[in-house]
Amino acid sequence: MTSLDTTKAGRGTGSLSPLFFKRVLKLVSTIAATFLGLLFVTFVIGRVMPIDPVLAVVGDKASKEVYEAARVAMGLDQPLYVQFGVYIRDVLSGDLGNSLLTSRPVAEDIARVFPATLELATIATIFGVVFGIPMGVVAAVHRGRWPDQVIRVAGLFGYSMPVFWLGLIGLLVFYGILGWVGGPGRLDIFYEDTVPQVTGAILIDSLLAGDLEIFNNALSHIILPASVLGYYSIAYISRMTRSFMLEQLSQEYVTTARVKGLSETRVIWGHALGNVMVPLITVIALSYAQLLEGSVLTETVFAWPGLGFYITNALLSADMAAVLGGTIVVGSVFVGLNLLSDLLYRLVDPRAR
Amino acid sequence: MNVLAKSFAVAALAATVALPFHSGAVRAATPADTLVIATGIDDIVSLDPAEVFEFSGGDLANNVYDTLVTFDPANLSGGYIPGLAESWTVSEDGKTFTFKMRPGVKFHSGNPVTAHDAAFSLQRAILLNKTPSFILSQFGLTADNVKEMVKATDDMTLVVTTDKKYATSFVLNCFTATIGSIVDMKTAMEHEKDGDFGYEWLKTNSAGSGAYSLKSWKPNESYVLEANPDYWRGAPAMKRVFVRHITESASQRLLLEKGDVDAARNLSPDDITAVGGNADLRVDSDLRGRIIYFSLNQKVERLANPKVVEAMKYMVDYDGMTKSILKGQYTVHQAFLPLTYLGELKDKPYKLDIAKAKALLAEAGYADGLEVKILARNDPQTMEIAQALQANMASAGVKATIDSGTGKQTLGVYRARSHEIYLGAWGPDYPDPQTNADTFAHNPDNSDEAGLTGKLAWRNAWAIPEMSKETEAAVQESDRDTRAEMYRKIQKEHQMTSPFVIMAQKIEQTALRANVKNLYTGSAVTSVFYWTVTK
Repeated sequence: MTSLDTTKAGRGTGSLSPLFFKRVLKLVSTIAATFLGLLFVTFVIGRVMPIDPVLAVVGDKASKEVYEAARVAMGLDQPLYVQFGVYIRDVLSGDLGNSLLTSRPVAEDIARVFPATLELATIATIFGVVFGIPMGVVAAVHRGRWPDQVIRVAGLFGYSMPVFWLGLIGLLVFYGILGWVGGPGRLDIFYEDTVPQVTGAILIDSLLAGDLEIFNNALSHIILPASVLGYYSIAYISRMTRSFMLEQLSQEYVTTARVKGLSETRVIWGHALGNVMVPLITVIALSYAQLLEGSVLTETVFAWPGLGFYITNALLSADMAAVLGGTIVVGSVFVGLNLLSDLLYRLVDPRAR
Repeated sequence: MNVLAKSFAVAALAATVALPFHSGAVRAATPADTLVIATGIDDIVSLDPAEVFEFSGGDLANNVYDTLVTFDPANLSGGYIPGLAESWTVSEDGKTFTFKMRPGVKFHSGNPVTAHDAAFSLQRAILLNKTPSFILSQFGLTADNVKEMVKATDDMTLVVTTDKKYATSFVLNCFTATIGSIVDMKTAMEHEKDGDFGYEWLKTNSAGSGAYSLKSWKPNESYVLEANPDYWRGAPAMKRVFVRHITESASQRLLLEKGDVDAARNLSPDDITAVGGNADLRVDSDLRGRIIYFSLNQKVERLANPKVVEAMKYMVDYDGMTKSILKGQYTVHQAFLPLTYLGELKDKPYKLDIAKAKALLAEAGYADGLEVKILARNDPQTMEIAQALQANMASAGVKATIDSGTGKQTLGVYRARSHEIYLGAWGPDYPDPQTNADTFAHNPDNSDEAGLTGKLAWRNAWAIPEMSKETEAAVQESDRDTRAEMYRKIQKEHQMTSPFVIMAQKIEQTALRANVKNLYTGSAVTSVFYWTVTK
């Protein structure tokens, strides 16, 4: 994924000088080029794959005539570059095309599946930050002793367990046996379509509608898949925090602070942690972006209709409009999070202002 | 320790913030008037009955739309019965069918169901020319003549004329298929765009007269049906039907055991066994039309040798396969018509016999064995079958390599006649023997240019001028018993000479809550019925 060098662009001047406009222009053209490249590569991969998108629509038993008619209707009789050109023209006019598999506009499909993924990824990332950072700090402070060992083993476990297995065991224990959480799906099925869709994120929509019952139900359904995904986030974030912290704790300013008589809490949670925030933001943003791509396996086990499942399904059927639409979303997520983490750098690190 | 204590305090606080409460109230059962089903529905690409051709789409259409001729769900082997057509007569030359419409039936919109709607629906099926349109066009209906051949002579009379004489049972059986669904003309035409007969709209909406109306469909997620209280066969006991897309067997089983769903339709054999031991649950078995086979491309010289073809039929462990890999979800079957079809053939002349296979190969001049490639889709079950075949073939001296790909990849190769051996499955399209006879035993032109991609005999380059004629004759035979006998004869010949090794027929196992009664999954002839269900 392309990383955008916006830190440099923004550094030095905040005023509306010609230099600033030049940099904004550069930023915009970089983003545009990134997207065009991304779409082109996806398009070519999709078209050279030995999958016949026409068959996905007409099925195995179609006669030659039906097959040909569908091929022409889908524009697949045109040369590749014409198909790509037509696609880009449509996208620029705001039309992502229709999905072959769902017969609906891709934009509509994505508006349906992306909030599901967003909701899940956000909660998983919150878990990752809230648990991962303290765990990493504790592990670093107690390097080599039992808290460190426990946290590292737990992290290793999180890394190496197949998510599929973890999800199924989680469902079996917490849903099947204990009955603490809801089962697969975003809501109990009777609640489906009972909340007016505003954002697409059921937790938010139910609160907007003032319906706590549905909010509770949605929460009971999301908690387990978010925990499973969050576990990975926690493992990753705590490991990175630990190594950043170890580096900081060996610095002279830490010793100086301790000599000056600052409390251990302030040294660690104030000074050292403050200094690892910049690299940590990148780590968190990357982990969030990864979760936003959707996790096919988690979505399958939990019957969670998200972006990962949608794109994978589309890819396997060569449903190019859907794949490219998904690519645009994933690309935007990466570009957006890159920009966001750059902005956050400036907030936490005065040198970057 | 201070820092450690504090950080744990932070984590604990975070946990309480993040997990304020969860709804512990997991329901013990679904409401008494609601049916909830867990199954895979990602095969649905369209809801327009002129296009629906997948299993899940057929299930949905069967409950939302009615056909002129239908089935009694409780007696599917009894054959077709009147549906939206109350009665019919056939002219003496066997070419003109006159249907009398059932009076007093209304669409979900409130519009009355008339012969004009019926004519419109059959005409649009031909004019739209989607995949399943061949089911109707095989009677000589074309875009040019359909308005003449299918006509409403008054509000209650529909006249359908075929190009030549066909067996009455054949024509009527085809009208039971989804493509024969009667669509609300007024509603469809209100949404017409560029002369598409409402196709774009009906792809995601419905306009039928069936037991249920479509409340919502979210692709790859769920669909919800609402009972039609005025249904002409009686108001359904289940007021709402929720069908949720869940593919993972273990997830389906958990939901069923917890009582969050009433039926789970895709449990693995292991989960079925586990469910069988639970007193709250039950497993229903239903013989479906799907057949597993492999076929030898006759363009490949060594596979075109009749002795090699015969040898292959002795290299399959039919019993072992159905017992181990397919664990009760298939039964051994060796003829191209599914059991329960008119003309079914129960003979099973082949069993695993490596010595015989070797002898036949030697006769064919392959005493030192030969190499073959098996093309198969990469789902776990097909792969297991492919590997079992590979092992059996190896013991007979045939070195098989497996080429795998997604269903769409392998089909592309198969339709282009570029495979050596294709391992796959075939499901009938309508409940008449012609459906499978036409594909397995009919190939009027074996040339590449003919492009008869819909026919398996053509895909395997199997030239059968004689058998094709016999198949054509069987489809025109009016006497039911004679017709059945003709198909048995064709199948016997097919069993001996064809490059198709037919191995097993599908048994669908549906796991249900014990209180759920009368969920008919459609057997080999049709799709699921929700309106018969009681709890």
